[in-house]
Amino acid sequence: MSERLHHHLPPVLQDYAPRAGVADELFDAQGNMRPVWRAFIDQLAGLSAQEIETRFARGDQYLRDAGVYFRLYSGGPAQERSWPLSHVPVLISDADWQTICDGLAQRADLLERIVADLYGPAQLVAAGHLPAELVAGNPHWLHPLVGTTPASGHWLHHLAFEIGRSPDGSFFVLGDRTEAPSGAGFALENRMAATRIFTDPFPRGNLRRLAGFFRSFRATMEALAGDGRHMGILTPGPNNDTYYEHTYIARYLGLMLLEGEDLIVENGQVMVRTVRGLEPLGLLWRRIDDEFVDPLELMEASQLGTPGLLGAFRQGGVTMINAPGSGVLETRAFMAFFPRIARHLLGETLRLPNIATWWCGQPAERAHVQANAKKMIIGSALEKTLPFAMGADAALGAANLTMADWPLEDWIGRNGHNLVAQQAVTLSTTPVWASGRLVPRPMTIRVFATRTEKGWNFMPGGYARIGKSDDTNALAMQAGGYVADVWVMAPRAVAPDTLAAKANFERETAGILPARAADNLYWLGRYVERTEGAIRLLRAYHLRLAETGDRDEPCLQVLGTYLTSLGMAPDRPVPEALPDLIAAARTAASKVRDRFSPDGWHALDDLARTTARFARVVAPGDDAARAMSVLLRKLSGFSGLVHENMYRYLGWRFLSLGRAQERADAMLLHLKTFAAPEAVPGIFEIAIETGDCVMTHQRRYRFGPSRETVLDLLVLDPDNPRAVLYQISEMRAHIAQLPHDSDRERLSEVEKLLLELDTDLRVADPADLPQAELVRFRSRLATVSDLLSARYFR
Amino acid sequence: MRYDIRLSLDHSYPAASDHVRNLLRLLPSDRPSQRVLRRLLTITPAPQERRDMVDYFGNATTLVAWHRPVAAISFHLSVRAERLAVSAMDISPRLNALAPEVMAAGLGPASPLHFRGPSPRIPPAPEIADFARGICQPGQTARDAVAALGQALHAEMAFDSLATDVTTAPAAAFAARRGVCQDFAQIMVCGLRALGIPAGYVSGFIRTTPPPGAKRLAGVDAMHGWVMAWCGTTQGWVEYDPTNAQWAGEDYITVAIGRDYSDVAPVRGALRTAGGQRATHTVDMIAL
Repeated sequence: MSERLHHHLPPVLQDYAPRAGVADELFDAQGNMRPVWRAFIDQLAGLSAQEIETRFARGDQYLRDAGVYFRLYSGGPAQERSWPLSHVPVLISDADWQTICDGLAQRADLLERIVADLYGPAQLVAAGHLPAELVAGNPHWLHPLVGTTPASGHWLHHLAFEIGRSPDGSFFVLGDRTEAPSGAGFALENRMAATRIFTDPFPRGNLRRLAGFFRSFRATMEALAGDGRHMGILTPGPNNDTYYEHTYIARYLGLMLLEGEDLIVENGQVMVRTVRGLEPLGLLWRRIDDEFVDPLELMEASQLGTPGLLGAFRQGGVTMINAPGSGVLETRAFMAFFPRIARHLLGETLRLPNIATWWCGQPAERAHVQANAKKMIIGSALEKTLPFAMGADAALGAANLTMADWPLEDWIGRNGHNLVAQQAVTLSTTPVWASGRLVPRPMTIRVFATRTEKGWNFMPGGYARIGKSDDTNALAMQAGGYVADVWVMAPRAVAPDTLAAKANFERETAGILPARAADNLYWLGRYVERTEGAIRLLRAYHLRLAETGDRDEPCLQVLGTYLTSLGMAPDRPVPEALPDLIAAARTAASKVRDRFSPDGWHALDDLARTTARFARVVAPGDDAARAMSVLLRKLSGFSGLVHENMYRYLGWRFLSLGRAQERADAMLLHLKTFAAPEAVPGIFEIAIETGDCVMTHQRRYRFGPSRETVLDLLVLDPDNPRAVLYQISEMRAHIAQLPHDSDRERLSEVEKLLLELDTDLRVADPADLPQAELVRFRSRLATVSDLLSARYFR
Repeated sequence: MRYDIRLSLDHSYPAASDHVRNLLRLLPSDRPSQRVLRRLLTITPAPQERRDMVDYFGNATTLVAWHRPVAAISFHLSVRAERLAVSAMDISPRLNALAPEVMAAGLGPASPLHFRGPSPRIPPAPEIADFARGICQPGQTARDAVAALGQALHAEMAFDSLATDVTTAPAAAFAARRGVCQDFAQIMVCGLRALGIPAGYVSGFIRTTPPPGAKRLAGVDAMHGWVMAWCGTTQGWVEYDPTNAQWAGEDYITVAIGRDYSDVAPVRGALRTAGGQRATHTVDMIAL
């Protein structure tokens, strides 16, 4: 008897009607609710639609606060898009999950044997199990790796599989991700969001935890890296669609986030450039595609990889997850041959079948495809993208004839060797919240596995991709959709387990700071300070303008000329250069997002958005002055978050050094104009105002302002946090804490220079400080910056 | 024919680079058509790393690296080698019968299957394909088609060392109908592949002064590039020089073979320094 038809269903399920001939996650073929969902649905049914939506909003808020996003390449400049969470998880029973993992473990072993053979003896090709042309002409089969044995003994360490459930209820594989699988970090974020939505201990208590998977992965990586050698994630950088995930995993697992330029190869050993110098690296979890790994031996134009990396890998100097060249396994046409290869290599059939695939280079297969093309997805034989992935080139047979005017059969006949056809599978549906009720939507699940000493270890969960419409054809997934958490449910409550839960308290060392990260933090400090300086000057200008209403007033002219010399011509209330400056700060920050609180990032984002808005609406004079005050407060919000809350690691010191350097430099430049002896009346007041020292000046000096009081307060004062001398002291204090070459009896070059500057400023007399001396101080400071850069940023 | 070959490559960089890593394919190796009697590659300043190896296609490959600032690097090559004359016999199948032989080939480095499809620097180019199809007939033998396309390109294109650079795509050079040996060779490879003839790029040297009474060849002042084409299981690989419209016979010494220039570039990695790096390049190949 069917529960769905005859029992009393809660209102949230009133409209839940799975299609005939399609499997559903919530209801079995007889229309009975699968037991694994019961407690979850009961709980949901106990809430009002409004309560449910409040909870879902809590999950979205978490994702926004955490800054989870992914990047879209398509159409114009790269765009960040918020994470499209479908709040209802997909629940799977322990028993079903075990079946899936058993099947995928077999498949993982099979994939390892195939890739080892392709780069080794190539017996599969010789024995006719894989056509030679699909290997030889395959751009993903990398010649320079033929004959290589990875130092770890394996090509594959971390895999992802895309699986679906067919109408008969069994699971099947839609595709394998072997090159640089993404998503493990996003699965973790989905879980974080889900735990904020479903706070009740039951049924959440029965949910299998993810932390153990990551802990064992980390332990495995540590063992592979080797004693005393670092490990890191090699990312293509902030423009990559999954960069957020790279920063997230780096933070979560305590790995260095590295780009190609962070690495140097020396005598077969990979070294990472750090502020301490070159240090050996033993393991790279690389998130860049095979062809980009090494411009010396692979794609010449690659700016992402490191010259010599492939050679180091061949010599066994580094373990890579996964080995370069592993991407060849993603070749779509290969799936046609996996079932047969499994029988040949393992003596077994595939426990989890893969989607039926035909390579059209074989006469019988070609004929079959020609006869059934309308029920198939046809694509390029050597393509790596999943056939139903967003933006994939494949389409249902009838739809992709735009390239030729011939009838489909002829087209397949002519291009057979380059074509692969796959069954247009039907996916199962799972509940999705829409307009106050649950509706069925098609889904696939991405499952993650890592190799451990004890075999393949599976993440108990993963993430599900959910289709936008109720079309259960796999191809409909190309239109994009949502992601959902996957809950593997144990029969009883599961003990808590997080990455932090260790038997003994153990303090990790602060870790090393890559030179590029230090460089970006230093420049972040400089750009933010430069932005603040510009905003202060603009505010001063518009305040005066509001008072006098006359742009030709002498002080305003001096200010205007000075602003123009900085590229901030004040004819527009928000000069174009201001958003550019904020964008530069944002770019620097984006490259160190793993070392940076999400709050700080949001503050910077907010500043950029507000500035853009002001640029459109603000009028000169009073309005602009007020707008600048708003920007200034937002900026101090950022500075406060960073300088109050950032742990005093080396990274913070470089950020602070950048700020001090910029502040001292800007002040000296500033005073060249605003402390000139022949200055027009009122200029000294502007110097003090933009130096944010009006009150202090009133207190400290009985008269004035004069050139002497200005120089005394803004250059020579050791206690004024805006004065040049103060910045020098700050810089000396930070530099003393940086890594130094061995001989600490002697000062480094940069320390000597700063000590001289410090002394000269302390003994200087404001009455005897010609303008030319300010210029000389400034050029000496520039040398400090050069020395820092030469010592720490390369 | 026996030769003494000398090559000098000098690279200088405007700003000394901290770390330089190069992949060199400068040393000729023994091949069915040639024997290398001695070969010596001298590099100044001496690199801190040097590894000699053989790449997938059988080319002698040298990896070198410097880990201190270098402003200029010189490569000097000195080689004595012998080249055999090529057979003029045509034992290749007709063009329309070549495909089954190609597909039946295995996966070894000499397999035509590696040279059948597009490669990084030689993507398909419809204009070149149309040109090639206009020159050759399906009934022609494969070897005949190679010579016909080579001669046609030689007649169609003008040798012009200023019209293109090392990065010019085959389609662009063909559209201009101008270029140097690299362009001639890559265009021809592109055309041959469009005809279904597996084809690759060959780098090497040609003799500086012609035999008595013969014309001085083009491309003698620098390393040269020509074409290899696969003409069936029986005939195997043949080499043709479209820049000089002749089979690459006794006057040639092969250094490296590959799918296109990116597989055989004499020095890879040098171009990563931005700005006005300068390179000079001299070659002498004297018949003994």
